[in-house]
Amino acid sequence: MVLLIKNGRVLDPASGLDDVVDVLVEGQKISTIAKGIKPSAKDVTVIDAAHLVVLPGLIDIHTHLREPGHEYKETIRSGSLAGAAGGFTSLACMANTNPVNDSASVTEFILEKARKEACVNIYPVGAITKGLKGESLTETGDLKAAGVIALSDDGHSVKNAQLMRRGLEYAKNFSLPVICHCEDLDLSAGGAIHEGTTSAYLGLRGIPPIAEEIMVARDIALCEWTKHPIHIAHVSTAGSVRIIREAKARGVPVTAETAPHYFTLTEEAVTTFDTNTKINPPLRSARDVEAIKEGLKDGTIDVIASDHAPHSSLEKDVEYDNAAFGIIGLETALPLTLALVSQKVLDLKQAVGKLSCNPAKILNLNKGSLRTGADADITIVDLESEFTVDVTAFKSKSRNSPFHGWRLKGHATHTIVSGTIVFQAKN
Amino acid sequence: MADSLTRIILDKQDINRTLTRIAHEIWERNRGLENLVLIGIRRRGVSIAHRLSRKLQEIAGISVPVGALDITLYRDDFSEIDSQPVIKKTEIPFSLKGKRIILCDDVLYTGRTIRAALDGIIDLGRPMSIQLAVLIDRGHRELPIHANYVGKNISTTIDELIEVFLEEDDHIEQVIVIKGHKDGTQ
Amino acid sequence: MELSNKDLLAIRDLSPEEILLILDTAESMKEISTRDIKKVPTLRGKTVINLFYEPSTRTRTSFEIAGKRLSADVVNISTSTSSTTKGETLKDTGRNLQAMNPDLIVIRHSCAGAPKILADTLPASIINAGDGAHEHPTQALLDAFTIREKKKTLSGIKVAIIGDITHSRVARSNIFLLQKMGADIRVSGPHTMVPPFIEELGVSFMPDMEEAIHDVDVIMMLRIQLERQQHGLFPSIREYSRFFGLNLEKLKKAKSDVLIMHPGPINRGVEIAPEVADGPYSIILDQVTSGVAVRMALLYLLIGKGNRESN
Repeated sequence: MVLLIKNGRVLDPASGLDDVVDVLVEGQKISTIAKGIKPSAKDVTVIDAAHLVVLPGLIDIHTHLREPGHEYKETIRSGSLAGAAGGFTSLACMANTNPVNDSASVTEFILEKARKEACVNIYPVGAITKGLKGESLTETGDLKAAGVIALSDDGHSVKNAQLMRRGLEYAKNFSLPVICHCEDLDLSAGGAIHEGTTSAYLGLRGIPPIAEEIMVARDIALCEWTKHPIHIAHVSTAGSVRIIREAKARGVPVTAETAPHYFTLTEEAVTTFDTNTKINPPLRSARDVEAIKEGLKDGTIDVIASDHAPHSSLEKDVEYDNAAFGIIGLETALPLTLALVSQKVLDLKQAVGKLSCNPAKILNLNKGSLRTGADADITIVDLESEFTVDVTAFKSKSRNSPFHGWRLKGHATHTIVSGTIVFQAKN
Repeated sequence: MADSLTRIILDKQDINRTLTRIAHEIWERNRGLENLVLIGIRRRGVSIAHRLSRKLQEIAGISVPVGALDITLYRDDFSEIDSQPVIKKTEIPFSLKGKRIILCDDVLYTGRTIRAALDGIIDLGRPMSIQLAVLIDRGHRELPIHANYVGKNISTTIDELIEVFLEEDDHIEQVIVIKGHKDGTQ
Repeated sequence: MELSNKDLLAIRDLSPEEILLILDTAESMKEISTRDIKKVPTLRGKTVINLFYEPSTRTRTSFEIAGKRLSADVVNISTSTSSTTKGETLKDTGRNLQAMNPDLIVIRHSCAGAPKILADTLPASIINAGDGAHEHPTQALLDAFTIREKKKTLSGIKVAIIGDITHSRVARSNIFLLQKMGADIRVSGPHTMVPPFIEELGVSFMPDMEEAIHDVDVIMMLRIQLERQQHGLFPSIREYSRFFGLNLEKLKKAKSDVLIMHPGPINRGVEIAPEVADGPYSIILDQVTSGVAVRMALLYLLIGKGNRESN
């Protein structure tokens, strides 16, 4: 299998390449990057990438694939198709499945399923504590040996600071980064939306920004003490950005992600009582949104992750208070990130860094770069084409997106995983 | 409306003369009887009732109390009409029990308004009798209702509209017929 | 003039003109309740369903009487939220009720926004009779009606709302309504029960209750949910009553013609002293009377005409 991508603008923040060149893929690897490559063999698939940009495959550090346990919401297969359609070549899937990915057998199941059914790379994240209960540590070494690339109790904070400390220390033995969901459950208890103007208007219970910030501060303190790298998941508040920025300036090994909705929507979106605006952490104030953008711009926030959280109508077509938290994002993350480029918050290179090189670095994956000999995970993007988001056409099994009907610009035209085209946009 | 024709059928003097005559007739028919009250149907029936009360005072020296009835809540055409009528107050500051009621309205047409008014009055108490006085009877009855006192009978076609203007309500005083009106709804 | 929506979900959706229409119509309706025969045929053949997911005697009865005085057929359904968390959703329940062709559904629900789910799903008119801590629009309308009756106007009057603002749909609806009508509103209560962004609603916050009430025309006391004490929102009933309850001593600081309101049911001796609740300034029972008139007006305005679809 030989693939030749011609005339595209090849942008690789990791190597600094940004030029109109051709990319030749032979087998699963990139074999040549040069101008005017002539196809040598006859059975070469040629992609004309003129006016398109050729990027290192996008990597989502924060996805919920729901399998095992909640296959009616998403499966490893449907989630991988959604990822491919959104331009992602690798997905790190969180541990809050049923059963929880807290043992090697569950990890093995996921990887086996992925090998058979997924069209993109699937990297399981293992639980920090058994059953995500925050009571005792998982067999971290076993998990690592089975294939997890990070640890997280995503969906919960490890409430007990001592246990979190032990978790970090123990993960250090196996060089597994720890992804922190930061939420003080006492402060957020009963809350459905951001505690702010909108909650004052609507009478919905608020989740104050401090519920996140207190835990961000705690986990950073633990990180600083244990000197083991942590990655703060879905940063949503101005205060968190400030705390992380200060920690980074001190040299604390902390990285952070946000999700597109936290720089695209504010709490005001909730006023329609659309349950597709119910997310944890919640949509915040306009001031927070500005701070998130500032954090992305100055590098405080390293990664843009989808936090793809599929739910069916059973969880979403109910009263706001009773609806599940979470929205899907794999198929909208790229255009929403590119909107930041249009707004001049980020340049294209920074945007690609946050969607590919940085998550690769955090997860210690040998990916996120286009260079000779690298895995041929490539995303080709049309930056200019506009489209209307139609959730009914999503590859995901779920439809819980607040962006249905939005006009967005820029999407993947081809998603290539290990030299195979796994998604090609219809045009 | 381009081809509509407007004709004045009663002017201010005519209206005054007509109401005087009706007051005389009321007095004739109810002479010596007690418990007489006037109930006007909102809006212009109320003005007519007040005027008749004043005339009865002049003619016979009797004081006849006046009440105002809003029949909106008793209408039978809620499902027919496009715009919702605004409800006004019913103000009848006296008991109707055992009273001889003179019900007053400006125009008698299908009879449906009077039907509604009769229901409304009976809900308020059981009167001894109800008589009906109208300034104009234009025919086209849809219910078996008959006025006891009529200012003027006018034969109309269904596409004509009768409009009564009284100074209390409209600042001018006349009764006109508009021809060629699409729907003669009164 | 008529209402522009088929539903009444929130005061926020009403224009000042629509509020006036409702209040004026209610004034005409009030007379009916004083008659010997307290019934008019206006809504004959219309079906009104009271769908109550939270216990309520006063509001449900008020709607029931309002419907019956207009000759509507009123059906009461009381159901607990817990039985609906598994299985049948609110939408399912709504669709089932719709299949029986009601003209209007009055819904009370513990979740903010629940009435909107029905309104968006069903052709029947929906009246929100209280949704979570969101809104209780008919309460605000009857409060405004009562104030206007006594003070002749809503414009320029000063109103103090005292108590648990955060959890009160009555407070929210009253704030939105009175503001639209030009009243000047301040709230008072423990910081733990006042939303941190309350001033963005356009009201002022005065932590000292005596200061809040000293120059107002109306004092609106809110019911304190006694179980909030367990959630650490106030330390004891005794202390709450001392600082945020209305008693005769505090009332001395208020204007001589002040009106005292309470949406009921009252906690005697907690947020309001018995002498105050039963005293000359209290218009608590007038509020209840107004409630029927206002709800009659709303039923008439929402379903007292032909099917909107066919117009």
